[in-house]
Order: sequence, then C-alpha cells, then structure tokens
Amino acid sequence: MGGPSVKPLVVASGVVKRYGPLTAVDGISFQVQEGECFGILGPNGAGKTTLVRLMASLSPLTAGQITVDGLDVARQGRQVRARIGLVPQHDNLDPELTAWQNLRVFSRYFGIPRAVAEERAAELLDFFHLRERARQRVETLSAGMRRRLIIARALINAPRLLVLDEPTTGLDPQARHLLWQRLRQLKAQGVTMVLTTHYMEEAEQLCDRLIIVHEGRVLAEGSPQSLVERFVGREVAEVHLAPFQDDAPVRSRLAGIEGLAWERAGDILFIYARSSDGLDPALLRGVGERVVLRRANLEDVFLRLTGRGLAE
Amino acid sequence: MTLALPRPDLSLRSLRLWQRNWDVLRNTWLEELVWPFVEPLVTLLALGVGLGQIVRLPGGQSYLEFVAPGLLAIFLMWAATSEAGWSSYFRLESERIFDAVMATPLSVDDITSGEVLWAATRGLISTLFILVVISVFGTVGSPLALLVPLAAVPACLFFAAISLCNTAVARSVRSLNYFFVLYVTPQFWLSGAWFPLEELPEWAQRLSWWVPSAHAAELYRGLVQGRLQWGHVGDLAWLAVAALPFYALALFLMRRRLVR
Repeated sequence: MGGPSVKPLVVASGVVKRYGPLTAVDGISFQVQEGECFGILGPNGAGKTTLVRLMASLSPLTAGQITVDGLDVARQGRQVRARIGLVPQHDNLDPELTAWQNLRVFSRYFGIPRAVAEERAAELLDFFHLRERARQRVETLSAGMRRRLIIARALINAPRLLVLDEPTTGLDPQARHLLWQRLRQLKAQGVTMVLTTHYMEEAEQLCDRLIIVHEGRVLAEGSPQSLVERFVGREVAEVHLAPFQDDAPVRSRLAGIEGLAWERAGDILFIYARSSDGLDPALLRGVGERVVLRRANLEDVFLRLTGRGLAE
Repeated sequence: MTLALPRPDLSLRSLRLWQRNWDVLRNTWLEELVWPFVEPLVTLLALGVGLGQIVRLPGGQSYLEFVAPGLLAIFLMWAATSEAGWSSYFRLESERIFDAVMATPLSVDDITSGEVLWAATRGLISTLFILVVISVFGTVGSPLALLVPLAAVPACLFFAAISLCNTAVARSVRSLNYFFVLYVTPQFWLSGAWFPLEELPEWAQRLSWWVPSAHAAELYRGLVQGRLQWGHVGDLAWLAVAALPFYALALFLMRRRLVR
C-alpha cells in the first residue's frame, strides 16, 4: 500500500510508556498510511489501549515520538486531538444528554459552527440508523446503539484519523456485523482508521495491515494474509486427544512429511501444514478422538506468536 | 509535554464545558434546583421568623434582618462547594465526562477551569435567588444590595476552587465528606450569619479572620444594610486573593488526577 511518495498519516517511532515500574509500551514503531485500516492486535494487557491513548494525545509519552498528520502529539496536543476521532473501549457518552445533544455538545468542544454541526449530526444519526433515537437519553439505548453513537460522535469533527479501541467488545453478533458493515463503508469513503482488537475475525474483515503486540512489543507486522502464510501456512489440522494422551504415535505417522509444524495445547495437537498441497486427510484417519482439518487463519498466527496458554 | 509543564494551558474552550453543564441543568433544573431553592426558604422561615420572635439583638435590629444577608454567604458556599464536590466527582468518576472531553481540543486545564467557573456559577445562581427572597421578605435596606452578585464573584470562585481541589484528591465519593464535615459545615456556624461575631471572645474573633464565609457574610451585610466601611474592601480582597492559590492548586491536582 502506498508508494514512497505517499506521506504516512501516523508515524510512531521508538514509543515507550512506563507507569512507575510497569512498562506498558516498550519501544514500538509503526506507520499508518492515508486511507488504510491499520490494526493493533494483542491479548489483554498487551499495551493496545495505552498505544491508542498515546496516539490520541491523551497521555504523555515516556520516550519516543508520534506524529499525526505531521503534528507532534506531545507538543501539539490540541491540534492533534482536533484531527482525531476517538472511540474509546469503555463507553463514555454523556448520560445526562440525549443522543442528539451528545453530538451537539461534542461538536462545541471542537468549535464547529452550529449550522455545520447540526447538518453533520443529522447525517451521522442517519448513517448509523439512530435518527429515531435522536431525542432519547443515551441511558435508554441498547449496547449496539450506544456503540454506533460513540462512533458517530467520533466523526462529528470530520477527523483525518478515526481511532477505535476494541469497538465491538461486548456486542452481540448482529450488532457486531452491523458495525463492521458501517466501518467498511467508512473505509470505502477514504477514512483512515486505526483499530485495536482481540477478535481475529474483526481484523481479517477490516484491516489492510496490522501489528501483533505482546507485552508492549511488536511481534509481527503485515497484511492478515501475509502473516498467516508466514507464520502458519495454509492448513491446520486439529487432532483432539484424550487429556494427557501421548501424541507421539500421531507424530510418528506423519514423520517424513515436509513443512509441518506442531504444537500441543491441552488436549489438542495442532499440526500446521505449509506445503501447497496441504495435508492428506487419509494420514490422520483414526488418530485421536476427532480430527478437524481447516484453513489457517489469523487466530492461529496470534496464538502461535503469543502462546496458546494463558496470556496473563 | 504540554500536560506536565507547570505553566497553565488555558483557552476559551473551557467555556464549552461550562456550557455543557448549563445544558444539563436546563434538562434537569426541576430536580437540581429543589434543594438550593427550598432549603434557604425553610431556613429563613424557621430561624428568621420562628427563632426571631425570641431573639433580641443589641441596637433593636430584628433577627430576620440580621440573618438575611448571612444566608447569602452560607448558601453561596453550599452551592459552590457541593457543585465542585459531589457533582464534579460524579462527572469525574461515575459519568466519565472528562475522559471524553480530554479527547477533544480542550486541555485538562480547560476542564478544571470550566468546572471552577461552573461551580462558581451555581454559587451565583443561589445568590441571585436568595437576594430575591430576602427582598420579598422586606429585609433589604439599601439599593447597594444590587451589588451583591458582583461582590459574590470572588467568594464563588474561592469556594469552587477549594472544593475542586478536594474532589481532585478524593479516592471515593465518601472521602469527600472530610472536607464537608471539617471545613464547610463549621463555617455554617462560624460565618457570623446567625449571631454577631463581635459577641464572641477575642480569640474567636481573631480566628474568624481565617473563615472565608465570615468575610463573605460581612461584605453582604454591609451591602444589604447599606453600611459600607473600608473593612469591606478588605473582605473582598481576602476572598479574591485566597481564590488564586486554590485555583492554581486545582489545576495542578486535576492534572495529576486526569493525566496518566
């Protein structure tokens, strides 16, 4: 994406954030190109939210530098925040106000003229299917509606960059799919997005490029597909064994086949096949209690890199 | 790091937060204003009219006349401190209003300033209301009373700022109570609203110089009764000068609370 002539919208270099003895972000660098959707993936506690807060100039950096649209987040915070729309992980809509008032009051923080703000607010409520709810206090809205309203609120200043921190966590499948649809539409309109998530499906659906973050560091960077090919391969066989059952017989049956990798996690033996013809299912007939053969996906990458055990 | 510099980062955008609070008050004024409107009325009736029947003041002044300007000081203090106390705490911790505002071009100092201005405004609303009430009761003896709202501004800012300092360090809504029990409530009695401070022993009179609401009560009594003296300029100056360090402290403490 983007030749050398395209100026990146976000440039983060050597970013470090410490809270006392805890290092939340430990030297992260990345760039976000204009018009792309950039994902930050990682388990809970990986430093995703901290990274978002640093980028949105909500929190001072310990070391390193981030620029957004050429502006330094540390020294030009007001201008940076004027160009960003932030969707925080935890709902912070104004509960004392209606949906409409939330957008209007927020637009005033940005100093947007009334006529422009009202036109945008009406458009955004339409876009997010909230027009009928305009006069309702936000407390009376469902979780999905509130999420949509927060995104509408983040767009009220027509931001150069939309930053979404786990936008669909806690939503039911319908609400999540409606939201993805809307986000894809925004992307098609050219809105640049940075998105944190721990839903692999979300990253595969939305992100052009992503970084996988673990314990404050970047483990891998690339497009979802290239990461899958690089770290896992094409196919995965899950061999379900009895708890504590020895997997040596299964392994010996596959001995000699090129491009295989193994991983045992609890009662499942994962077999990753890199070769283009994949695994011959006949080889696995009769082993374990059940064998599932499927395409490799981003979740495999994520789990291979961050470990299948407990992350915390 | 703009946020860590000691120099304040202020802008007129702080008024946008003030405006947000004003909009909320317009949504909820019926519930919000019951307390500050009814309580002074009840107090005036109970103490002024009820107790007033048995109290005789030196100089033949009626107790109702004596108490009326004191109410201005007392309820201004209540309105401003409770707004910057419980209400600001509610916005800070329960409603997470400031978290959302921090993602906009407002600075943390703008948020603090907007809150101080707003709590001071609530003090002023209370002052205006009580001024009307005591006029209706016929206890206002001078047109100088029209200057009370103006003269109330430093006291409103002082009480707003000092209460927001307390809010900024409170670890829970209950820990706000120390400030109200140990600082605000005693002033209710030591302000000279209910009895003339000149009747107190020497040491207590000296102590009262340190009581902000005593300066406010003195000042409003002078204006309402049309007996201004040079000492009243001192009262006004005391409140204005005291407001500044607490405003600066509020800026510092709110940064410490909000910037992580």
